Amino acid sequence: MSIKQLSVFAENKEGTLADVTDAIAQAGVDIRAMSLADTQDFGIVRLIVDDIESAKQKLNENNCFVSVTEVVGVAVNDEPGGLARVIRLFADNGINIDYMYAFISVSKKNAYVVLRVDDCKAAEDLLVKNGVTLINEDDVAKL
Amino acid sequence: MNNFYQKEMETMPVEQIKKMQSEKLVKQVRYVYDNVEYYRNLMDEKGVSPEDIKGLEDLHKLPMLTKDDLREAYPYGLLATDLKNCVRIQSTSGTTGKRVVAFYTQKDIDMWEECCARAIVAAGGTNEDVCHVCYGYGLFTGGPGLNGGSHKVGCLTLPMSSGNTDRQIQFMIDLKSTILCCTPSYAAYIGETLREKGYKPEDNFLKAGIFGAEAWTEEMRHDIEKSLGIKAYDIYGLTEISGPGVSFECSEQTGMHINEDHFIAEIIDPDTGEVLPEGSKGELVFTSIDKEAFPLLRYRTRDICVLTRNKCSCGRTFVKMSKPMGRSDDMMIIRGVNVFPSQIEAVLLNEGYAPNYQIVVDRVNNSDTLDVYVEMDEKDFSDKVKDMTKKEKSLSAAIKAMLGINPTVHLVAPKSIQRSEGKAVRVIDKRKRLGINM
Repeated sequence: MSIKQLSVFAENKEGTLADVTDAIAQAGVDIRAMSLADTQDFGIVRLIVDDIESAKQKLNENNCFVSVTEVVGVAVNDEPGGLARVIRLFADNGINIDYMYAFISVSKKNAYVVLRVDDCKAAEDLLVKNGVTLINEDDVAKL
Repeated sequence: MNNFYQKEMETMPVEQIKKMQSEKLVKQVRYVYDNVEYYRNLMDEKGVSPEDIKGLEDLHKLPMLTKDDLREAYPYGLLATDLKNCVRIQSTSGTTGKRVVAFYTQKDIDMWEECCARAIVAAGGTNEDVCHVCYGYGLFTGGPGLNGGSHKVGCLTLPMSSGNTDRQIQFMIDLKSTILCCTPSYAAYIGETLREKGYKPEDNFLKAGIFGAEAWTEEMRHDIEKSLGIKAYDIYGLTEISGPGVSFECSEQTGMHINEDHFIAEIIDPDTGEVLPEGSKGELVFTSIDKEAFPLLRYRTRDICVLTRNKCSCGRTFVKMSKPMGRSDDMMIIRGVNVFPSQIEAVLLNEGYAPNYQIVVDRVNNSDTLDVYVEMDEKDFSDKVKDMTKKEKSLSAAIKAMLGINPTVHLVAPKSIQRSEGKAVRVIDKRKRLGINM
């Protein structure tokens, strides 16, 4: 059920991020969501894209360091308290969130949250049991 | 595997070696005194005359030469014969400071090439081998030395010189190179490139490698042996004394036999200049007893190592020197601690990183800083900042355990540290721009 996230290592140097986005553009891949973690030395660009294999291949060809990780994608009602309800579930059930980021879809008028946890399966089971809508790879491609 | 190029010399009983060295030394001191004004002045200043040198036991009385002397005497000050008797000039690679030039007569070249031939034969080379030389050719002694040695052995010699790794690999595979001669960092780079191109270690025809001209660790040897599927032999030398082949490794791989029929080795205390007993760690000093054109007496190499004369399973009787722990001018003093790049390299390899790194030393707020940039491997990359930071911290801790000082480790992208096809630039000491004397 989980979705795949592309993570790219980006050294803290001029032009690194542009190299990453250029490669994805050349691959003809659409970026659905993106988040950048930064430290003093380097950044990690995390991406949800519509065609992960093509993006990965192009990035590799451009000598970018890429890893693919499973993350949980959640559709959240675009209303006050929509996100709070999901996060509360994690907190009450002892599931630690490493990081998360959100995006909205113009066509579907929905908000989505990408969550990185150690055990995707456990998190997804919990969410499904509590009636939360998850998104999968196909949904990402169609957004 | 007892492979000798000049067995009679290489297995000569120790007493005989010493007797021969004594006789050659007495003659050489007289020759140098008569022909090299620079050294004659040094001897006169010290109050030593050629008559005072009756054998090896008097060697310590002679003045020592340093690289500074060679620079001062540049270009002809230490030349012992007429230029018309010389056939070649080589020059140091300029790892440290100004270049130094050395001169050779044909006899000097022959002796040097024979030393390299001994190294090639000790590594299993015969006239059936294809010897792939990718040390630089030109002023640097690496290429010409091994090239000459390879000819003497009768190997089919591939004078590749350095650079153009794609062509190196194509020829290596197409022409079935069996012995590879280059710097260890370039050997590692070739191994890495072969793997990237999808070659397995068994896809090449190499059986041995002869690697020198820079300091390398046992861990790096292990990596190169694995990636190329070969046995990796160390070779040592310096232009001032002749070039590669002053000493070389045998099948035992426990140190390099010094060609004692041509060179006398001593270990001294680098601070006091006092000669230390065999087995002590100190600075290596060479006296060249056969050279005609550029015969240096008691030349301080600045290489720190140990000499041992145990019976060797290969049958050679020549004294063995340990792998230099680093040239004393590679040594950095950081926060008062002596640090060799090779120590940091050993930690990296031990922690599972490739030996692709750069050390940057600087001074910030009057305190030395040590930054180590290390290339990551695919397996080291994580999408979580926490994991990456943990890796950096754990590597910092391992380096601190080795050196006693705290470095800052930076994991960087693969291939982002510039690769050299000759010697690797491992250290950038920014304190030098501040004019701080180290």
